[in-house]
Amino acid sequence: MLRDARLVAGKDLRLEWRSRVTIGQVAPFALLVLVLFAFAFDPDSGSLQRAAAGLFWVAVLFSSVLAVQRSMAMEAADGNRDALRLSLLDPGGIFLGKAAAVAVQLVVLEVVLLIGIAVLYGTRLTGAGLLLATCAPATAGIAAAGTLYGVLAAGLRVRETLLPLLLLPVLAPVLIGATQAFDAALQGDLGEGWPWVGLLTVFALLYIASGVAAFGPLLEES
Amino acid sequence: MTTQSTESDRTRDPLPARDRPDDDTVSTSSRATRVLGALILVGLVVLGWVGLVASAADRELGDTVRLLYVHVPAAITAYLACFVTTAASAVWLWKRTQWWDLVASSAAEIATVLTAITLVTGMLWGRPTWGAYWVWDARLTTTALLFLLLLGYQALRSLPADRGVRNRRSAVIGLLLVPNVVVVNRSVEWWRSLHQDPTLFRPDPQLDGLMLFAWFVGWLTMTLVFVWLLFHRFRVGYLRDRVDDLGLEVALAERRAEGAADAADAGLPPAAGAPALAPVFAATQPANAWTFVTLGWLVTWASIGAYALWLVRTGRRLAAQLPAEERRWM
Amino acid sequence: MEPVVHFRSAVALLGRFPALAGVDLDVGRGEVVLLQGPNGAGKTTLLRACAGLVAVVGGEARVLGEDLRLDRRTVRRRVGLLGHATALYDELTVADNVHFWARAAGASRADADGALTRLGLDGRLRDVAVHRLSAGQRRRTSIAAMLARRPELWLLDEPHAGLDAAGRDLVDGLVGEASAAGATVLVASHELERAQALAGRIVTVAGGAVVEDRVVADAS
Repeated sequence: MLRDARLVAGKDLRLEWRSRVTIGQVAPFALLVLVLFAFAFDPDSGSLQRAAAGLFWVAVLFSSVLAVQRSMAMEAADGNRDALRLSLLDPGGIFLGKAAAVAVQLVVLEVVLLIGIAVLYGTRLTGAGLLLATCAPATAGIAAAGTLYGVLAAGLRVRETLLPLLLLPVLAPVLIGATQAFDAALQGDLGEGWPWVGLLTVFALLYIASGVAAFGPLLEES
Repeated sequence: MTTQSTESDRTRDPLPARDRPDDDTVSTSSRATRVLGALILVGLVVLGWVGLVASAADRELGDTVRLLYVHVPAAITAYLACFVTTAASAVWLWKRTQWWDLVASSAAEIATVLTAITLVTGMLWGRPTWGAYWVWDARLTTTALLFLLLLGYQALRSLPADRGVRNRRSAVIGLLLVPNVVVVNRSVEWWRSLHQDPTLFRPDPQLDGLMLFAWFVGWLTMTLVFVWLLFHRFRVGYLRDRVDDLGLEVALAERRAEGAADAADAGLPPAAGAPALAPVFAATQPANAWTFVTLGWLVTWASIGAYALWLVRTGRRLAAQLPAEERRWM
Repeated sequence: MEPVVHFRSAVALLGRFPALAGVDLDVGRGEVVLLQGPNGAGKTTLLRACAGLVAVVGGEARVLGEDLRLDRRTVRRRVGLLGHATALYDELTVADNVHFWARAAGASRADADGALTRLGLDGRLRDVAVHRLSAGQRRRTSIAAMLARRPELWLLDEPHAGLDAAGRDLVDGLVGEASAAGATVLVASHELERAQALAGRIVTVAGGAVVEDRVVADAS
């Protein structure tokens, strides 16, 4: 299964490297969201700085919908789903591989966005350990849940509109947990943040396990 | 009319039942559901009398406590329905029989209606109690997210798809429903406990005597309503699948007869959605407690009634298209 | 010996439409069978059912000894399907695509390189992104990906479509070699003359059923 996951993740990342959709389109979109937030909140009142953690994760969530849609669109091309079913690849491995590729792209996005809030909102990035410890399970959870709901919505003509409806309510705990942990890190209350990292880890494990188990039956649909 | 007499009618009658769509037997009711329905009506009368007339107003909450006699049972039953959905989805993934898919999807639809009622009555209670229709209370927020999750389930389920595909998809979403709600609830509780304004009034009234009894009758009635709706919704789902199968047999014959090009689509036009809830935002001025109580009770029972009526009518329409042996519920 | 393909009254549905409405078909090992019939007759669904991609919901269906009504997965590893649609990732190169699908099917990189050479894709085209290819070149890439799997049962849906004369001859050569090596081939095609020269049997499909099944007298 891990061999298959590596194969699929390698293929997805190579494809991303060749097409540069995440770097060329999704990352600029995420930065654009940060700029739009600045228009919506008055930059001089300090509310941007106070809300920086939440705005960061909202931008990550919106971008993740695009990344997941991109990840599913490459398999939606005419015969690819058939070919995946005809291959020897373990469905759990396909899930892990696609989720890992999405996660890698999200990490790149998060780096861009961290630089973004540091530069645009003047946020001082303190508590680096907690920031990293938050990003890891939050990214894994978003990627796993996104890939699972992505394949549910893939193959449907309405997937562009259905995926956000299915995915975003599910990701609400990630938004809450990651925002709280980030707030704790940025304000120096490190002790407050760690329980949230635990919640994010539970969420990530729940969705990784569900995805590995459920991907096979879901791939069967034609 | 009792079941015995309907069955003897059926055996004596030379005409197939589908030719007599007005016949009383062409429906999703059975003796069990009629008994249940009668019990529910009794429960409603008792609940109305105890909850609105006989019991006293709460010392702190005043008359608004009467909203809780429908709000809390609706919430508990909505969560019960979600639990049924997840459990039935899990069993479906194991057994893969149509029965469990129908249980799961029926419970999910009822859960959607009850969650909507919970939200509306919760907001109606919140306005006089907290002074706002909406506060970011952990339970309200969880319920709102649950409602969105259920809307996603319904959206996915209503897409045109092969039955096997539809069942697989909804089973996965259904299985994740309760885990999602638990995670959402934990995170929201935790979130609010960090920032909660300590002066926020969040009463958990102490019920005693007739109030406790009213609450109990509300809970019992709502549970019976759930069972009644589940029976009918399950039968509607079953009939819908059977009517689709009828279309399939016709299509197969036509395909074999080389008339394949334009096989008649014997499927039904899409059924109307769940009944819309009555608008409740008309009144923005604070009014006295009884306005909100009346509105809450009306919304609850009117929407359940409309939903039940829609189920029964859809059931009749579908049953009329099937031969008699397809809808023997005993 | 058990036939490679054994269908009895097989029914398969596309949504609610019975694309196969009772197919009877037996194909022995090493045979090359031409499927012909009008558009919408059910040829493609029959090939996809043989590959275990479409569920057979009525009748009997056995392929390579596996009962498709009980298990559609095992057979998938042993067949090669060349569909209408090319299963290729547009942004990846020809070699990347063939290597990925070969390794996904448990074949080695050497198998993939062999298939690329056999299809004449080892030169300049090897490192070209698929979206820059012509339709015929994409077709060749798909065939290479299928060839690298070393299938026991070849399911070819319009294999000649979009190919130039050299490409068509190449496909015919590959089919001949596969058959000689003991593989079984089902070809759906409208190129009757070309396919007839190749096939030992011609099966006519219409209305989701086999309506005629005849042996070609002068099959080689």
